[in-house]
Amino acid sequence: MRHTISLLVENKFGVLSRISGLFSGRGYNIESLSVGETIDPQISIMTIVTSGDDQIIEQITKQLNKLIDVIKVVDMTELEHVEREMVLIKVAPKQEDKAEVLRLAEIFRGRVVDSSQRTYTIEVTGDEKKIEAIVELLKPMGIKEFMRTGKIAIAREGIKK
Amino acid sequence: MKISGAEIFIESLKKEGVKHIFGYPGGVVLNIFDRLYDNKDIQLILTRHEQGAVHAADGYARSTGKPGVALVTSGPGATNTVTGIANASMDSIPLVVFSGQVPTMLIGNDAFQEADIVGISRPCTKYNYLAKDVRDLSRIVREAFYIAMSGRPGPVLIDLPKDVTASKTEFTWPEIKIRSYNPTYEGNKWMITQAAHLIAKSKKVVILAGGGVILSGGSKELKELAEYTDIPVTMTLMGLGGFPGTHELSLGMPGMHGTYYANKAIQESDLLIAIGMRFDDRVTGKIDAFAPHAKIIHIDIDPTSIRKNVRVDIPIVGDVKRVLTVLNKVLKEEVKEQWNEVRKAWLKQIDAWRKERPLTYTYSNEVIKPQFVVEKIHELTKGDAIIATEVGQNQMWTAQFYKFDKPRTLLTSGGLGTMGYGFPAAIGAQLAHPNKLVIDIAGDGSIQMNIQELATAVINKLPVKVAILNNRYLGMVRQWQELFFSERYSHTKLDESVPDFVKIAEAYGAVGLRATKPGEVEPVLKEAFKTKRTVFMDFVVDWKEKVFPMVPPGAPIDQMLFEKPEEKAEKKLKAVK
Repeated sequence: MRHTISLLVENKFGVLSRISGLFSGRGYNIESLSVGETIDPQISIMTIVTSGDDQIIEQITKQLNKLIDVIKVVDMTELEHVEREMVLIKVAPKQEDKAEVLRLAEIFRGRVVDSSQRTYTIEVTGDEKKIEAIVELLKPMGIKEFMRTGKIAIAREGIKK
Repeated sequence: MKISGAEIFIESLKKEGVKHIFGYPGGVVLNIFDRLYDNKDIQLILTRHEQGAVHAADGYARSTGKPGVALVTSGPGATNTVTGIANASMDSIPLVVFSGQVPTMLIGNDAFQEADIVGISRPCTKYNYLAKDVRDLSRIVREAFYIAMSGRPGPVLIDLPKDVTASKTEFTWPEIKIRSYNPTYEGNKWMITQAAHLIAKSKKVVILAGGGVILSGGSKELKELAEYTDIPVTMTLMGLGGFPGTHELSLGMPGMHGTYYANKAIQESDLLIAIGMRFDDRVTGKIDAFAPHAKIIHIDIDPTSIRKNVRVDIPIVGDVKRVLTVLNKVLKEEVKEQWNEVRKAWLKQIDAWRKERPLTYTYSNEVIKPQFVVEKIHELTKGDAIIATEVGQNQMWTAQFYKFDKPRTLLTSGGLGTMGYGFPAAIGAQLAHPNKLVIDIAGDGSIQMNIQELATAVINKLPVKVAILNNRYLGMVRQWQELFFSERYSHTKLDESVPDFVKIAEAYGAVGLRATKPGEVEPVLKEAFKTKRTVFMDFVVDWKEKVFPMVPPGAPIDQMLFEKPEEKAEKKLKAVK
């Protein structure tokens, strides 16, 4: 099963390598990873998406907790939470598809952040299903480039699963 | 007053109470070596290889409970420590390894003797540092010792760029606080109480004691638990000495080369109490068939060890000594069972298994049996010695036939299985215990992996005794080839390439002795133990001898081989004639 794990870590050099090494050294896969500073610049927050059975996920969270530089580990999957990911999609539609691309962007509450004679760059934010849906719909129009931030997640306040 | 990084290094070690370090000099650590030159507080033992330095520090740590310290140069000096560090990491041994590094401005430039040792050692250290600023150095050293020694112990590496050891600052000794590192020492009281009641309810109980018992200093508490509740104890390789091997409740070692009765007891048990051990595959055999009827109580300081390999019914995260203290108290004050009655049938059953398949070998008058040498060593030392081993048959025979009664008397590479570990480890232990008999039980293959340390032992007048069980083969691998690879001895026959160990010893200025007949074993050992010098003893042993019993790889631990299957058939044939 897929799990979204949120980590508070010390903002030091080498920390990312310790975390990625923990995964690679045990043959676990990181499906997505995003990192950024928190309000406290000495602490970074990471969101890691990985998958495995219960035993593997238990090992992953325990091993993460064991790393000296990791302050806190939360398996978001165990909580009610909100997940978001942002993608930038550069589409190069044929002349007759241009209107359809713009319409799709609007339906998905995307924004056109750049355009050229041949391309539109669309920014879309949402959960995994929404991103998948717009990508599927835009594919036939000719996706030229595709960038994604990786997932971030936050627990919902006061709601227990 | 401002002092240099090299002086801060020395001041910090003094603060940590370090008296001995093991090392090897080189270009980028010259500042430190220069400061050590006329220092009276810290003695550096020059080994002849950096791997030897780390193993010696490891032997020093295992035999004393104090952290072992090593100091090496950058590049090859640093990479040569990796085996020693990985070895300590697998066995949870506290080490602080200092490696020199090229000056900070050259890092990443492929400078002469540059290696990214922080990157290389990351997966095999508990933690590591690149000290980029001299003002951080004393804090880093203090943190490193704290991390190495606390929680589940382990090796920590500090990489010291040359310019950092040269630049100056005020020496401070800051209190340390690592917000993201808080090991759990006290076990959960409710869980411990549950465990006590489960122990009272269960009949066929076995304690599996591991290295954590020794590391936490919990041997006394373990003995109290076992004796009070009448529960037999089996000790993993790392746990040998954590419970007296000569105790009537001792089942010896479990697992691949364990005793039949230990394995049988585990497989038939209704409750296993695993204490400071991690269910290594050499202990469990086929994991799905391991202890099929047992509930499991698992006490360990490292939460990742729990439920890693086996299901656990009652997990208790905490320091073994403290958890056992509470557990004993709960058992005595709250549970109060008449243990003798409860265990009678179970202990009787175990005794029957013990009689059915005792640990044994066939003595010969013609040729020296390696087990006989180990037994003689135990007999002559009366168990009062520190024993190091190499890895392979020599290690398993030692584990089987030398009865370890006290903690910290066995130095052996358990997790990593490092050939070449024993001799330098024995040197480290001898330095820490100048008046103790320290013996490395070796094989002719393993001893050649760090034989250069003879020079270290001799020059420092360390009277380490090395008993080489010389079978002219890489015996353990040969045993596998004999049993599972149709006797195709691919690259395991050393034969005439085995050097004359007596001459080698003499060339280094040590004493060399040899025994080729069983009758010579005792006189050679006695002579070796009498002298105050480093001794190599070359015991020319029966090359055909194998380590039995043995659980074939992938089999459940109660399906053991006690002899080679064809040999058994041959014996029957002879009986018929």
